[in-house]
Amino acid sequence: MNRKFKTLISLFLFALFTGGILFAQDAASEAPAINIAQVGMDTMWVMIAAFLVFFMNLGFAMVETGLTRSKNSVNILAKNFIVFAIASISFYVIGFGLMFGNGSGFIGKEGLFFIGGADTSPLTGDAYQGAYSALSWTGVPLFAKFFFQLVFAATAATIVSGAVAERIKFHSFIVFSFVLVAIMYPITGHWIWGGGWLAAKGFWDFAGSTVVHSVGGWAALAGVILLGARTGKYKEDGSTNPIFGHNMGLATLGALVLWFGWFGFNPGSTMAVGDGSAIAHVALTTNTSAVFAIATATIASWLIQKKPDLSMILNGALAGLVAITAPCAFVSVPAAAAIGSIAGVLVVCAVYFFDKLKIDDPVGALSVHLVNGIFGTLAVGLWAKDGITGAATGNGLFNGGGFSLFLTQLTGVAAVGGFTFIASFIIWFIIKKTLGMRVSKREEIVGLDIGEHGMKAYPDFQGFLTK
Amino acid sequence: MKLIIAVIQPEKLTDVKNSLTRAGIGKMTVTSAIGCGQQGGYTENYRGVITEINLLDKVRIEIAVNENFVKPAINAIIQGARTGNIGDGKIFVVPMEECIRVRTGETGHEAIG
Repeated sequence: MNRKFKTLISLFLFALFTGGILFAQDAASEAPAINIAQVGMDTMWVMIAAFLVFFMNLGFAMVETGLTRSKNSVNILAKNFIVFAIASISFYVIGFGLMFGNGSGFIGKEGLFFIGGADTSPLTGDAYQGAYSALSWTGVPLFAKFFFQLVFAATAATIVSGAVAERIKFHSFIVFSFVLVAIMYPITGHWIWGGGWLAAKGFWDFAGSTVVHSVGGWAALAGVILLGARTGKYKEDGSTNPIFGHNMGLATLGALVLWFGWFGFNPGSTMAVGDGSAIAHVALTTNTSAVFAIATATIASWLIQKKPDLSMILNGALAGLVAITAPCAFVSVPAAAAIGSIAGVLVVCAVYFFDKLKIDDPVGALSVHLVNGIFGTLAVGLWAKDGITGAATGNGLFNGGGFSLFLTQLTGVAAVGGFTFIASFIIWFIIKKTLGMRVSKREEIVGLDIGEHGMKAYPDFQGFLTK
Repeated sequence: MKLIIAVIQPEKLTDVKNSLTRAGIGKMTVTSAIGCGQQGGYTENYRGVITEINLLDKVRIEIAVNENFVKPAINAIIQGARTGNIGDGKIFVVPMEECIRVRTGETGHEAIG
């Protein structure tokens, strides 16, 4: 029996095995009377929002492909495609349980595997009995909760892909993504959204500036530091040698798709329709922050670079969206404009800052997701207005609430950052020592498409591999 | 006056450009080309079918030089492009009859420099 055949057989057996587990999971639960119309409406909204967030995979794939060189396009597209599969499997197997299962302040312990815990969704509050009481505030079926959280978890893993692009080995990225979504993301997520110690402390992150974006950013930062810059990015004298993306059309398409997807990401995090006012409020703060960030990023790039750089304008939009992700339901629309304005300048400065440190981030993922994830989380402590959409956040510094909320937000940023950075560093380090992390210099120059996948993205076009 | 035509591996272009600059040669025309020599080819995968790729990506450099720059140019190209493997490339040197600068109408040695 040759080796290929053996691999096929083992893959088939694995599929049978997991299939068996799936069928064994039919826990029946009898629900007392529920308002079907309301549950149906809420579920519909949560699912549509989740589908929008799923669409963000396309956005990430296009932004990252557009902002990198054509010789690496197959590799980046493959990474962005497979990362959703990896995230789905790992979040289903254990991630969801670790994040939302009842447990200690640090980790979920009940219903760990395969969403297997007892559950009486869509009952809410005290009527809910089951393993995932951290999500009992929303009256939708368990699988709707799971699917909505799953697309968020996948987003965190996608962020890493862009920062390590054009030089990382394909299988090393896959292994890291699996560990990130199976273990690291759910642990810090449990602290904040799973009823853990940060939630108990009064830390607020509405849709995930910290839970999703900073976590992805910290994991990426650890990876980039261990991986090193792309060959030729920094000259011997320390100055930066720009490596242009190959298709600004794709990058723009991706940024618009991400913006569109964000209307699921933020407004969807209400996870209920209610009277609709919260959804409308969040949609407006989200959009306001994005447009102000575009304006200020354009101005900043115009002043610094003498010409308005499209890649900076696109990064500006994403920066505004990341920054408003935590505060979108807790701040007024004018505050969202202020947050967006700062985010746009911040992202442009961050790109220069990381280049100064020789931290090579081909698509600006760190400047967008890490820097603005941190800023957005802290912004809750500055601009929060108690009960603006119903959440009892207390007032932020600028609304007369003093420093207490800001300090809690700062604690959360530091704790999540510290944990994720150190854990990621260790995992990346183990991967580096065992599987290897970086492709050979020759493969990097020829392109990862030929090296990792044996195919080209544009076989009918002729272009320079290097300039 | 000579025209030097070099066909090299695409990934060595940066190295060759650098060594030419060090030798004081900064004027060149570079085109992306495909071709085959002793190197043979490589295999590419597409939907499970392995294809033999025969014509490989190359970079073609053309440099017009005066006599005293022929040797330095050749040495610089070799220095930048050589790995010792099959496929490093070839350099052709051909005599050049005339050279005219379009802007000024200068001809010959002045037009090259």
